[in-house]
Amino acid sequence: MLISCPYCGPRDVSEFTYQGDATRTRPDPASADAAAWHEYVYERSNEAGPHREFWQHAGGCRAHVVVIRNTVTHEISSVAPARGDRI
Amino acid sequence: MVEQMSPLGDAYVPGSHGNFADGTGVKISLPQPGSIVEATAWPGREAALAGAIERVTGLSLPHHPGGGVVTGDRSGFGIGPRKWLLTDAAEGLAETLRDALGIENGTVTDLSHGRTAIRLEGERAEWVLAKFFALDFSSDAFPVGSGRATMHHDILAQIQRTGPSRFNLYVFRTFARSFWRVLCHGAEEVGYEVR
Repeated sequence: MLISCPYCGPRDVSEFTYQGDATRTRPDPASADAAAWHEYVYERSNEAGPHREFWQHAGGCRAHVVVIRNTVTHEISSVAPARGDRI
Repeated sequence: MVEQMSPLGDAYVPGSHGNFADGTGVKISLPQPGSIVEATAWPGREAALAGAIERVTGLSLPHHPGGGVVTGDRSGFGIGPRKWLLTDAAEGLAETLRDALGIENGTVTDLSHGRTAIRLEGERAEWVLAKFFALDFSSDAFPVGSGRATMHHDILAQIQRTGPSRFNLYVFRTFARSFWRVLCHGAEEVGYEVR
């Protein structure tokens, strides 16, 4: 599997570290809503199909990127800098 | 006087090695720059960093990813978004650049004792490097001056092409001996000279 890093170009997946589901939204840090935190920390929908996820190019430019990867085919349809940096 | 020691220890053996009966395909050496520095700009402060680098080192760094330049004693290339790796034959670049940059524009990290520079040059340099890294080392894809950040078996390597058949590799100092041994092993088939 190749991931096209916005800075480095196409690189082998072994240079990247998976950083988790990018569809979650962190609850208000001041909130003590146990159900909301439980959902944020533990609940995953385990999508079959396009999935938005964080990766880090740890073995390269070390940038964090948002990847849309099809969990069935591993097809990658989008890679973008996680913080919206202009490369 | 403190004696300067190589991180390679006994692994550094000058001379010709491997299959060198018909000449050596590569030369492997230790440039030992006095300064190895990573400079990072805060978001939106790239121009301030590039200006400070140019004032201090005279290097006019291109802005495209991986772009870099090499002069006699100095070099610089992009290693990531808003990040550059700079070297100088002289010591003290980190302090000078930090003063010139200002903390409001970015950070300067002195890696002079944290990285080891390894130079690989010769007509088979591209061939040897291609065994280790999944990169296109042809001069069209990897022109002189430009750099790449990649890794070999979890050893991060930042590579700059400093000549048509010459590359400088920067690896973590604590992994330098291990990497040196595997690099030499990979160069045996083309014959290599350590100097």
